[in-house]
Amino acid sequence: MRPTAAAPLLADEILLRIRNEAAAPPADARFRAGTTRGASQGASGRMEVFVQQLINGITLGSIYGLIAIGYTMVFGIIGMVNFAHGDVFMVSAFIGLIMLLILTSWLGMASVALALLIVLIVAMVFTSLVNWVIERVAYRPLRGSFRLAPLISAIGMSIFLSNFVQVTQGPRNKSVPPLLQDVIVIMEGNGYDVTISYRQLIIWSITAVLLAAFWYLVSKTSLGRAQRACEQDQKMAALVGVDVDRTISITFIIGAALAAVAGTMYLMYYGVVNFSDGFVPGIKAFTAAVLGGIGSLPGAVIGGILIGLIETMWSAYFSIDYKDVAAFAVLAITLIFLPQGLLGRPEVEKV
Amino acid sequence: MAAAVPDIAVPHDVRPNFARALRDGAITAAIAFALLLPLIGFKTVQNMRNELELETRFPLLLTIVAIITAARFFGLLVIEPWRERRALHPPAPNATLTAAKSAFANWFTPFAIGFVAVYPILVMLLVPQGALKWIDNFGIQILIYVMLGWGLNIVVGLAGLLDLGYVAFYAVGAYSYSLLAKEFGLSFWILLPLAGCLSAFWGILLGFPVLRLRGDYLAIVTLAFGEIIRLILINWVSFTGGYAGISGIPRPTVFGIPFNANEDGFAATFGLEFSPIHRTLFLYYVILALAMVTAYVTIRLRQLPVGRAWEALREDEIACRSLGINTTSTKLTAFAMGAMFAGFAGSFFAARQGFISPESFTFLESATILSIVVLGGMGSMIGVAVAAVAMIGGTEIMRELDFLKYIFGADFDPTQYRMLLFGFAMVLIMIWKPRGLVGTREPSAFLRERRTILGSFVKEGHG
Repeated sequence: MRPTAAAPLLADEILLRIRNEAAAPPADARFRAGTTRGASQGASGRMEVFVQQLINGITLGSIYGLIAIGYTMVFGIIGMVNFAHGDVFMVSAFIGLIMLLILTSWLGMASVALALLIVLIVAMVFTSLVNWVIERVAYRPLRGSFRLAPLISAIGMSIFLSNFVQVTQGPRNKSVPPLLQDVIVIMEGNGYDVTISYRQLIIWSITAVLLAAFWYLVSKTSLGRAQRACEQDQKMAALVGVDVDRTISITFIIGAALAAVAGTMYLMYYGVVNFSDGFVPGIKAFTAAVLGGIGSLPGAVIGGILIGLIETMWSAYFSIDYKDVAAFAVLAITLIFLPQGLLGRPEVEKV
Repeated sequence: MAAAVPDIAVPHDVRPNFARALRDGAITAAIAFALLLPLIGFKTVQNMRNELELETRFPLLLTIVAIITAARFFGLLVIEPWRERRALHPPAPNATLTAAKSAFANWFTPFAIGFVAVYPILVMLLVPQGALKWIDNFGIQILIYVMLGWGLNIVVGLAGLLDLGYVAFYAVGAYSYSLLAKEFGLSFWILLPLAGCLSAFWGILLGFPVLRLRGDYLAIVTLAFGEIIRLILINWVSFTGGYAGISGIPRPTVFGIPFNANEDGFAATFGLEFSPIHRTLFLYYVILALAMVTAYVTIRLRQLPVGRAWEALREDEIACRSLGINTTSTKLTAFAMGAMFAGFAGSFFAARQGFISPESFTFLESATILSIVVLGGMGSMIGVAVAAVAMIGGTEIMRELDFLKYIFGADFDPTQYRMLLFGFAMVLIMIWKPRGLVGTREPSAFLRERRTILGSFVKEGHG
């Protein structure tokens, strides 16, 4: 293992993005998978290409998994598909971007690690506030109401959030100077080195730490018990002294905080964010939540990593244009043949 | 910002509680400030070297926070005591008002139909200069959405199947017309039913795999199908033209007579002076007729066994099955009928625009159509039409508000706030009337007398 500066990797990545931008209008922001290398390398070192795609896929999947936790928890507790969650993720990336600019260009902070930590915390705090307010304003008045009402409200909120960012920050792509460009070469093939970047390592480790922390929170603490109680029966939970409104609010806050982590890492990994970047990652994260079994926390992360792997492998071996089709097809196939997901409980229909 | 403060038990005296309003106002101000600080307080802009820089907009931020706080303060001090007083002493029912309301309800439908029939003539008399725009952007545009709303209402309102990918069938209709008309030179009047049939076929095709699904799962799978079709339209460049779309689509003719300035054109044939408004008028009445056909077919279908089976299926699938209703064919006919009307609308859309691209068939369109159906109150055809007028007309009218430039300065562009307000309106209407603008339903099957019932008694859109 030796660290090297990864100029070619980055150049490739930027070129790919530019090419994609030229081909696709910004309204169709597709999650650009970590397909920066490999797809074009062809025959030179099949094993290396595979390992590289594995690394890229797990990174992308970690981001999906973190967003998916927000979907899965909200769906578990109030049975609602929170359509605005993808846009909350996008908003968090913008908050992270603004904080990063404040730290680097105004305050001139030199330490990248410290800057990233501060950006992460600030984005988590502000995004949590955003989601808390959204829940209070748009979803809570509709609780217990007609089942389609919260769904329409969430779709309205999603349209509102993406257009709010478009109006306040402008429709153009926002790019930040690349951070942490160093990579570690872990396999040397003939002319094709398998690398893992520090950014990817950071994403992996943050995902693992957060997942452990939130798994502990949900399974061992009284808050987690309250959440599981509300999931089963809100009225009964209220009768035994669980503050249902507060528990639901906290669920939204946790979901937003994890989406903010994903948003910050998305910004760090790709270096570009756009107001329309919420929809497709949001749908893919929902796919991940469904694939893993909705309501299940580890399921969301496993589903996310699977979706990330499917996307990168599909791009590398089949067609980069149809990678979103692959993700959506997985969604449809899962729901049709395995509606309870990998780790979920089957739903029993009672008369 | 109405609910941004913890719930407090409502005091029983209805006098305005000044201390509470002050405290809640302060909390609202703090929350609004923190909420809007990152995205309104700062703006990222690209400088000459293509690097991002930050600009601050604190005066704007403070103005918006002040407006929100004032609204919250006013709401607590004036509106809330007023509402409580009303709740304590409800006003006595006013006989004339009730009579006026029922007369309005009785006469609204015939009046509305009469109005849309004479709308283009009215417009031409009132604004002879901008008539084309008013008929095209408002009349035709709204009627397309009315028709789509009524088509989706069959699936969501009658059969209770939540479909978030409805725009896919609209796209199938549009692309069928465009490709067949361009490749084979077939006329609009042959392709209109053909496009409807193709869309209905796709409705059945996509309906088959999702027969077992209900509720949100069904919604998500239909969304996935809609997106898959759009992605195929984008990526299958040799067939669909990809992002560039299809242009030069043949325009509709009056049974063979084209709308142009030539010898054999419409104007010359009927001895009129050539004007582009002839085509617009023709298109207006075509889409009006199509929308009326949709409404008529839906109303008639509700009386037929298949329509009753849809509604029974919506209320209770298991009971339905035990009564011997074939749920498979019931669901598939609902999908097929809804898709067929979307196909008609799609081929009309392609013929009207002369150009289509995948950009017109995004998820946002599906969401718009669904929100029109839900906001209108799904059981009611009139409600859906009113919602379409409000949502589509409302966002179109934002294009016309140039006078706001005198208030907010010359670089104020009202069009960019269209979708922002659209999303916000969706949330507000849902909070205000979760069952839609028309909250009552008229069951098609009844005992002794026909009565309207509350919308909450039916299971529309439950999957």
